[in-house]
Amino acid sequence: MSAADDISTILSSGIRLTVPLAFAACGEYLAERAGTMNISLEAMMLGAAFGSVATASATGSATTGLVAGVLIGLLIGFVHGNLAHRLEVNTFVVGLVLNALVLGLTSYLITISSFDSHQVTQVSVPWLRDIPLIGHPLFVERWPVYLLLLIVPLTWWLVERSRWGLELRAVGEQPQAADVTGIRVNLRRRQALLWCGALAGLGGAYLAVGEVGSFNQNMTAGRGYIVIAAVIFGAWRLGRTLLGCVLFGLADAMRLALPALGLTMNSQLLVVAPYLLALVAMLVFTTRNREPKSLGQPFVRGST
Amino acid sequence: MTASSPGAPSGTGRRLLGLLTPRPSGWQTPAATAVAVVAALALSSALITLTGGSPSASVQALFEGSMADWTAWTSTLLYTAPLLLVAVGACVSARSGSFNIGQEGQVLIGALAAAWVGLRLAINGPALLVIMLLAAALAAGAWAGLSSLMHRLRGVNVVVSTMLMTFVAQQVVAYAVNMPWLLQESRVGNAPVSPQSNPLPPSGLLGSFGEYPGLQINGGLILAVAAAVLAAVAITRTPWGFRLTMLGRNPLAAKHAGVRVNALGGLALAISGALAGLAGAVLLASPVGVNRLQPGMAMNIGWDGLLVALVARNRPLAAMPVALLFGVLRSGGGFLAATGVPSFLVDVVKALLVLAFVAPPVVVALARRRRSGGRPAGARREAAPAAEEAIA
Repeated sequence: MSAADDISTILSSGIRLTVPLAFAACGEYLAERAGTMNISLEAMMLGAAFGSVATASATGSATTGLVAGVLIGLLIGFVHGNLAHRLEVNTFVVGLVLNALVLGLTSYLITISSFDSHQVTQVSVPWLRDIPLIGHPLFVERWPVYLLLLIVPLTWWLVERSRWGLELRAVGEQPQAADVTGIRVNLRRRQALLWCGALAGLGGAYLAVGEVGSFNQNMTAGRGYIVIAAVIFGAWRLGRTLLGCVLFGLADAMRLALPALGLTMNSQLLVVAPYLLALVAMLVFTTRNREPKSLGQPFVRGST
Repeated sequence: MTASSPGAPSGTGRRLLGLLTPRPSGWQTPAATAVAVVAALALSSALITLTGGSPSASVQALFEGSMADWTAWTSTLLYTAPLLLVAVGACVSARSGSFNIGQEGQVLIGALAAAWVGLRLAINGPALLVIMLLAAALAAGAWAGLSSLMHRLRGVNVVVSTMLMTFVAQQVVAYAVNMPWLLQESRVGNAPVSPQSNPLPPSGLLGSFGEYPGLQINGGLILAVAAAVLAAVAITRTPWGFRLTMLGRNPLAAKHAGVRVNALGGLALAISGALAGLAGAVLLASPVGVNRLQPGMAMNIGWDGLLVALVARNRPLAAMPVALLFGVLRSGGGFLAATGVPSFLVDVVKALLVLAFVAPPVVVALARRRRSGGRPAGARREAAPAAEEAIA
């Protein structure tokens, strides 16, 4: 194996590990801009991964599984939104409970059932795939990967250019002021969570029916938390958040490739990198006013 | 706490007193909770039935694994002790308005410190155990204190930083047990070494008390119950506890009343970390078990202890029966598999139970506020992670 092949392999696996993160990151980014620190992201991804495999097995179509994953993400976003932004249960409590519930439920269900393996089809872009080094990693992928080309600009446009997004950002920064101008704060936050759920669901489903083709217990293994770290690392800007996802995906690929390359390095350092980088980013960014001002705080009309 | 005493002034005064009462009194909350618990249990049995199991057989298995005889009770209490320690800590920090969700990592850091001290000192006599417990509490307290420091110096959200630090702690422990110069077990002959530490010396193990026919009360449980009682007294009966509660309810008012907000908040977070660290030491030095530091040894005790505190609505004394219930579920869960129901069912039941205890008070408070024309019925804090009103 030449060095170029090694790099190509690591890139390839890094991109495949990045894609689920990137889908979920688009959702989490939008939810956090609206002021919800959504830690049930892990539940959304895990639930969707399970649901997609179960549906794909039942219907025989991986694409249907993908759709089912999105629906399950939406459902969890709906539950979280209504508990946290209608009933006003603390959003972190809701997230913790949903994570525990989905982890328990999917582990329970996968232990007593078995599913056929289904995977979405692979797309290979002619000519471009022949580019040395990056051609194969970027242009021979399962088709949902290319949805990112649609979803990333759409998320950016929604947040930065649409009226809805302007209201979302207002809700995340100054909910009291937003409320006075007639924006329904908790409705906007619930809608943001639905978007987040759909995309996290897509990410989880892609992981299951896109990459792996099957489900195993605690399949997402903390990827939801890595995405949260990526959004923080990205200082609540979409571009940097996605850069964070790529970095963390590549770090994960490096960790998996190290033994094959014959290198000895502490895999712990690569595993912990996302969290450390997020912590450092928070230490740096908080004084630069990057964080949505009301992130994680419930909105109750009449309180200051 | 019971501000709605008779003789309350009318008008504005009454409204202010109403603001101070976070928990809506009356029958609605207990009734709603009872309904929600029944619903949670019904959902769980529906899940078992739908997946081809038998709910009654599952309950039977849970009972046999946790309460049927003294051996089962002993195992239940072994789980209860660390759960209660974590939960009491979670109560203290949530009362102060800092919501610590990093117990899982703090448990590991406590176990790491205890293992390091226990294996390096390896002295005889009970002093070793005391030093180990102290080291665990100090290390995990400092670990949680880091989050408080980050909050104080740079305004970093405590919930997020404690959560991220959990994953850092997991890798720190994984690193320690993979490095021969740190804590990895020593090689015996040519046998392969695993990522775990050497077993603790016998003097570093917690004893069991009362060798009744079978029932053993592990030392950790005594520690945990003592911590719960102490915390309950400190919170409800001392000026310190009053300041703590004031800080949690309204940090601005507390500040104006002369509470040293940062010091007290940081201390509360450190205490909650220290208790989680003790739980780690208790797991490590348990009279039953391998007594080695292993990366997976926290076994979700940290997350579950947090759930115990949520169900107990941040009251340390209420945490005792809840921790026992969670201990029963954990201990009985192992027996479930024999009836064809995966033990993961226990996790589903736990999560549903937590929802059943957390949601009703909030719903009742909301319904009252709607009825009273949008006026806040509970004390709402200004700019802190509103952990408590979600639970209280």
